[in-house]
Amino acid sequence: MAAEGGIDPMHQFRVEPLVPLHIGPYDISLTNSSAWMLAGLALIFGFMVLGMKRQLVPGRWQMAVEGLTGFIDGLARVNIGPEGKAFVPYLFSLFTFILVANLLGLMPFGIIPGVHSFTTTSHFSITGVLALLSFSMVLIVGFWRHGLRFFSLFVPHGTPLPMIPLIAPIEFISFMVRPFSLGLRLFVAMIAGHILMEVFGSFIVSGLGGGPMGWAVGGLSFLFIMFVVALELLMCVIQAYVFSLLTALYLHDAVHLH
Amino acid sequence: MDFASAQVIGAGLAAIGVGAAAIGVGNVFGSFLESALRNPAAADGQQGRLFIGFAAAELLGLIAFAVAMIILYAR
Repeated sequence: MAAEGGIDPMHQFRVEPLVPLHIGPYDISLTNSSAWMLAGLALIFGFMVLGMKRQLVPGRWQMAVEGLTGFIDGLARVNIGPEGKAFVPYLFSLFTFILVANLLGLMPFGIIPGVHSFTTTSHFSITGVLALLSFSMVLIVGFWRHGLRFFSLFVPHGTPLPMIPLIAPIEFISFMVRPFSLGLRLFVAMIAGHILMEVFGSFIVSGLGGGPMGWAVGGLSFLFIMFVVALELLMCVIQAYVFSLLTALYLHDAVHLH
Repeated sequence: MDFASAQVIGAGLAAIGVGAAAIGVGNVFGSFLESALRNPAAADGQQGRLFIGFAAAELLGLIAFAVAMIILYAR
């Protein structure tokens, strides 16, 4: 991509060390990625602690926290069944972390000098690990509950005997692709939205120096970017929901074997 | 044709897939609305399935975007 105007849309995804720290050959510096993850953790922690006073008559804050936990509770009960109670803490951590990380990356912290917001979920190393966590949880739960009968997941109920050699590999591939599709979806959705906003933001900046025609393009881009930001806010919530929903569905497979 | 122009044309062609996924996502939500208006009482119970269909359709478009990016930044 030729860099006209000198605005590089990929620069916002660069991981930079804030506090360099090396142990032997390993680089475990505190990067902007981990700093924003810690900020997200602090936000979630503050939100939960302020709402867990267990008042008999809940205030607004407690209602917000109860609404969130109730939402995840319902998600687990509907999609996994009565056994879903055990997975509520995991689904809750997954949903809140992804939601807060997505939203923190979208907040306009750039107006504070020296602060650049960074979307932790726009890196496959983060979303891929989250997806692997879900996948390994499915494997552990499946083998724990069913032992080797877990492999009957690859043969759906009522498959005619001659069809089994055909169906089983397809089911196996679709099972093994799950962690990749889970991690890739979140990562690409975040990266695509941020590149789109960066490109149209650069149109506004370059349009300012381009005379009346440039101002018209900049104004149109400004209107469009407002629409895109609204869409991205919706996307943040939907992606967090879809990630935890799909995890719940995969856990349903592991618990009930189809 | 030199490598740089072939790269840009290839990335543009790969971006067609994103438009095709847009049709798919529109189809998912359109069909859901159509049937939800016929039977509003049953609509709430099907929202999980709505988002599963949305996620599947959207993933294919995002893969097309990822392929376009890989082509665009290939060396």
